[in-house]
Amino acid sequence: MDFIQSIDWIGILKCFVVGGIICIIGQILIDKTKLTPARILVIFVTTGAILGGLGIYKYLIDFAGAGATVPLLGFGANLAKGAMQEVKTAGLLGAFTGGVKASAGGIAAAVFFGYLASLIAKPKIKKQ
Amino acid sequence: MKPIETKQEYSNYVDQKSPNSPILKNCFNAFWVGGLICTIGQIIMDFCKFKGLDETASSTIVSIVLIAISAILTGLNVFNKIGKFAGAGSLIPITGFANSIVSPAIEYKSEGYVMGVGGKMFTVAGPVLVFGISASVIVGIIALLFM
Repeated sequence: MDFIQSIDWIGILKCFVVGGIICIIGQILIDKTKLTPARILVIFVTTGAILGGLGIYKYLIDFAGAGATVPLLGFGANLAKGAMQEVKTAGLLGAFTGGVKASAGGIAAAVFFGYLASLIAKPKIKKQ
Repeated sequence: MKPIETKQEYSNYVDQKSPNSPILKNCFNAFWVGGLICTIGQIIMDFCKFKGLDETASSTIVSIVLIAISAILTGLNVFNKIGKFAGAGSLIPITGFANSIVSPAIEYKSEGYVMGVGGKMFTVAGPVLVFGISASVIVGIIALLFM
C-alpha cells in the first residue's frame, strides 16, 4: 500500500485538467467544423510534432505528465523528441530512425492488439 | 401560423424548434472522460516509476496498457458507446488511435485477413502515421541543420 501513499494528488489533478482541456479542443473541432475524426487526429499528431520540435511541448509534459503524453498531441511530440535525440548521436540517419523508435511500443501494440481482436471478436451485425 | 415559403424562413423555423446546440454538454463530457483516461495513464505511469522504471519505459508501458484496454473494449463493443457519449474525450487520447485500428480490423474480417484485417486496419491510423512520422523526420532534419 506504499504505492497509494506515494501518489501525488496535485499531479493527478493537473493531469486530469490538462488532459480534459486538450479533449475539449478536439470536441470544439468536431462540433464547430466539418472535419472528420481522421483529419482531427492528423491535426493533433502533426501539431504535437511541431510543438515537440519547437521544444514547447515538454513544458506541458513537465506540468501535466500523462495529461500531456496520453492525448495524440503527446504521440506527435514523442515522435519529434525521438528524432531530435537520435540526430545527436546518429546524425541524418537519426532523423529517420529516431521518431519511430521512440513510438515503436505504441505502434506495435496497436497493430498487434488490433490483429488479435480481429481473431477473437465478431463483427457486429449491421442494422439494415 | 403563416405558411413557410422561402428557404430562409424554413431554416429560421428549424433553428427555433431544434434544441440548442449541445456543444457545452459535449465539451463537458469530453473534458471529464478525456481527463479520466489521462488520469488512468498517470496512475499507471506513477506505478511504473514506483517499481523503479525510467521515464521512457514508463510512458511506453502507459501507451501499451491503454491501447490494450481500448482493444478489449472495442472487441466487446463497449468502446463505441463510450465514444458516442464522450466524443473527443475518447478520440483524442491514444485510446482513439487504438480504436481507429482495432475497430476496422474487426469490422472487415469478412474481407479476409490480408486485405480485410491487414489493409483496412490503417484507414484512419495510416494518415496519422504518415503525417506524424513525416513531421518527425522533418523535425529531425531541421534539428540537424541548427545543431
